[in-house]
Amino acid sequence: MTENQGLIPCSEAVRQLWDYLDQAVSPEDQAKVEQHLSFCRTCCGELEFARQLRGFLAAQGADELPPHVKARLERFVADL
Amino acid sequence: MPQLGSGIGGLMVEVQERTRESFQRLASAELPALYWLARRLVRDGAEDLVQEALLRAYRSYGTLREDTAAGPWLKRILVNVFRDQLRRQARSVQELPVEEVEDFSLYQTLVEQDPLPYSDTLHHDYLRAFGKEDVREVLLRLPELYRAPLVLRYMDGFATKEIARLLDVPLGTVLARLHRGRKRFERELWVYAQETGLLKGVVQ
Repeated sequence: MTENQGLIPCSEAVRQLWDYLDQAVSPEDQAKVEQHLSFCRTCCGELEFARQLRGFLAAQGADELPPHVKARLERFVADL
Repeated sequence: MPQLGSGIGGLMVEVQERTRESFQRLASAELPALYWLARRLVRDGAEDLVQEALLRAYRSYGTLREDTAAGPWLKRILVNVFRDQLRRQARSVQELPVEEVEDFSLYQTLVEQDPLPYSDTLHHDYLRAFGKEDVREVLLRLPELYRAPLVLRYMDGFATKEIARLLDVPLGTVLARLHRGRKRFERELWVYAQETGLLKGVVQ
């Protein structure tokens, strides 16, 4: 991309993407990220992938306990 | 039994109402969440971490105002125990040089290397190749410094301010470590798949 006045480079946009998805950036930074995304296809791809990665991490939550762990921890709680 | 404040009638009544059985019921319900959080934070000793957290929680059960808030409360205690363990180990974990991790983009690497040439949804299918144990292995390749904020923020949903408080580091440090942790995680997702031949089993 070319440097235009007030535009942020890809490195800066990428650095902010996750916070942008979290809506944890200031209104000024949000505008800068969106301005960058409006013309940078690569960073749009980065944004979409950041969204996927975030969902991927969130989906790793708690499963059932393995039976031997469940037995030991429940016994521990019962003995408290 | 929880420690009773001497002669404080109101507290005694409260403690009496909060019976041992109610703590056990509440703790039992949270065991899976606590165990899986602990497994992401430490390679070995997840059960010990949970047990230590339960002991500590039981001792301070009187400070929990609402049992409905038990899940986050127990997780916070577990993170405190984890932090204390790290301090006891007193290992000096080196911050990674910024330039070492910040340039890597898994998104771009996948585009360039195209490891699943017959996939129409390359990035999605790449991530799908990772089972939960694979993800854990990738996470465990990150130093705790980066792993803990990443796990707490994106897998357990803690706010960055709370992570700063729990880990006892400034908010700016948490934000920087989150960024580097994400980049390091991306890179390790790539390296792990290369090293283990993970994609060979994926129908292409």
